[in-house]
Amino acid sequence: MSILVDKKTRLVVQGITGGEGSFHTKQMIEYGTKVVAGVTPGKGGTKFEENDIPIYNTVHEAVLNQKANTSVIFVPPAFAADAILEAVNAGIKIIICITEGIPTNEMLQVFNSIKEKDVVLIGPNCPGVISPGQGKVGIMPGFIHKKGNIGVVSRSGTLTYEAVKQLSDLNIGQSSCVGIGGDPIIGSQFAKILKFFNEDPETHGVIMIGEIGGSAEEEGAAYVKKFMTKPVVGFIAGRTAPPGRRMGHAGAIISGGKGTADEKMKVMKSAGIKVVDSPADIGITMKKALESWKTKTETKKTEVKKKILVTKTKSKNIIKKK
Amino acid sequence: MKIHEYQAKATLKKFGVAIQDGIAIKKIEEFDAAIAELKARGINQFVVKAQIHAGGRGKGKLYNPNNRDELILEGGVKFTTSVEKAKDYASKILGNLLVTHQTGDEGKIVQTLFIAEGLDYKRELYLGILLDRAVSKNVIMASTEGGVEIEKVAEETPEKIIKEWVDPAVGLQAYQVRKLGFALGFSGTALKNFQKFLPALYKAYLSTDSAMLEINPLVVTEDERVIALDAKMNFDDNALFRQPEIFNYRDLAEEDALEIEASKYNLNYIKLDGNVGCMVNGAGLAMATMDIIKLAGGEPANFLDVGGGANKETVANGFKIILSDPNVKAILINIFGGIVRCDRVANGVIEAAKTLNIHVPIVVRLEGTNAKEAAEILEKSGLNFEVAQSLKEAAQKVTSVLSN
Repeated sequence: MSILVDKKTRLVVQGITGGEGSFHTKQMIEYGTKVVAGVTPGKGGTKFEENDIPIYNTVHEAVLNQKANTSVIFVPPAFAADAILEAVNAGIKIIICITEGIPTNEMLQVFNSIKEKDVVLIGPNCPGVISPGQGKVGIMPGFIHKKGNIGVVSRSGTLTYEAVKQLSDLNIGQSSCVGIGGDPIIGSQFAKILKFFNEDPETHGVIMIGEIGGSAEEEGAAYVKKFMTKPVVGFIAGRTAPPGRRMGHAGAIISGGKGTADEKMKVMKSAGIKVVDSPADIGITMKKALESWKTKTETKKTEVKKKILVTKTKSKNIIKKK
Repeated sequence: MKIHEYQAKATLKKFGVAIQDGIAIKKIEEFDAAIAELKARGINQFVVKAQIHAGGRGKGKLYNPNNRDELILEGGVKFTTSVEKAKDYASKILGNLLVTHQTGDEGKIVQTLFIAEGLDYKRELYLGILLDRAVSKNVIMASTEGGVEIEKVAEETPEKIIKEWVDPAVGLQAYQVRKLGFALGFSGTALKNFQKFLPALYKAYLSTDSAMLEINPLVVTEDERVIALDAKMNFDDNALFRQPEIFNYRDLAEEDALEIEASKYNLNYIKLDGNVGCMVNGAGLAMATMDIIKLAGGEPANFLDVGGGANKETVANGFKIILSDPNVKAILINIFGGIVRCDRVANGVIEAAKTLNIHVPIVVRLEGTNAKEAAEILEKSGLNFEVAQSLKEAAQKVTSVLSN
């Protein structure tokens, strides 16, 4: 099992004929992702290079003819908000928007118009989602990943790769890795993805990588405190970032004294998340957390078994007495 | 992107927002003509306002840029009814160094002066519009506590800030404007004026792709007019492509020279005060690398994201930018090659190091695609690199080169 992307994923690539779109489509196919269609308005009826994937003018046609159920968006920033809405309207349930640089006002409209709908939007400005061994929908390097039981959720791209590499080097595989994006308005925040991981039986622990700006980490921590049954290891990038400066990501900015790394780390720690100071310790901390969690659950299981045994013997005795 | 007060006011005026009238000048020679024009508009008292991007101008101090010990004037915003005094202030502000709590010690040279109408007002209020990321909606914040730092109000008396969220599907509604108006204590003519003021302000915010619009203070004059005495606007960088007028307001003199240079090469660079330069691909990893430098006992000298397509040119340009900062005592290169091949980046690093004659120690950590080949290339180059395999090792090597 995994979240968002699996063997049932039938992917349509919006913007398949563009530079980024065509390059990463080939990479995704190579990884084993089922890419069933592409969309480029005006190029409907043609095929995608040597891979023979049909290209349509609209997402609607891709859904109708190829039963696409997931979309990945590579269209330029000025047209990406429209591309998201087109996918929603065509009935796609999982939409992953890679595009960086969409105007905030446009994402404001998109977010508020789809938030009540039964749709999961990941991104924009994100590396995408990968479920190792099952499929990758995005731009992350597939080879660093390893099939396994740790979920990774992060606002950044290369920093996620760093965490994944540390895990894989320690022989700890991943169930799914989700890059939620570095913009001020994104489709899915930490809390939503943490919930998916919590409900996924194959995920045994989660790594949560946040950064300065906004309050999504705090909301994620609140979810962990209330509901999470699995160990969570966290890191916040940007402890050394000065306030008022945008650190690359449009969303990574400390404004009005809010959204600092220290504040986020404090809230996460109080929610029971194992927060690391150094990004070099993400993998090893997960390893330890996983080991102690397994011992705990096993002790619990044996305790439960013992209790059942005791009750059984007791009832037997009662029956005997009767 | 930030703009000056006078530019923000010119922008707001186009949308029908009542603003404090004024004229911007760049040279003292333009002063007389500006005053004549303002007098023709019926203005007889003046405020001379220094135009820099940082806040705290009123409480700032002006120094002679050639002699930092020479204090020339206290306060970068001055009110007077006398033209002679206004001219004296203007000559003392223009071209001198303004230091405020936001500029840091280095201050900013005042290149532009806004000569504005001096208004007699009875109330100072606060209005701000920005994105509330927690709910992904724009929020209008109003407070009766204008003219002071709103962060202080938010911290000490949060109940004095009234918020109204705008549903993007239907836009700002009349009842919301009334609600805010009553909360600010408006009635009669002033309320009517506010009901014109706020919708115009919100329209300006949306139409210009503003990321933050702050009117502090918003004043009520003796004759019940509601006027923006100051105006601060920031813009969404992602939307500048469709805001040519706003983009033209960019003032390069307000930006760091190295940052401007970096942007020419599509490098995302922010200068900081530390001693260890760093070059990284990806914003999150770049921040994490800065954090690791700090943990290793150094201070990051910069944030530098070379972006997704790290190659020979970007590496060479990155080096040049980092090395133009004299405080840099060591450099940490941290590239996670996903799609990018590390061996190519390694060759770029070697070539740049050879041609640029680098005199500070360099710690290189290349991970991902072809990382092993890259490490070999670096080892064999004969150049003085400290090659690290993992992030942990990179941090340790930074510590050791700093202690040498």
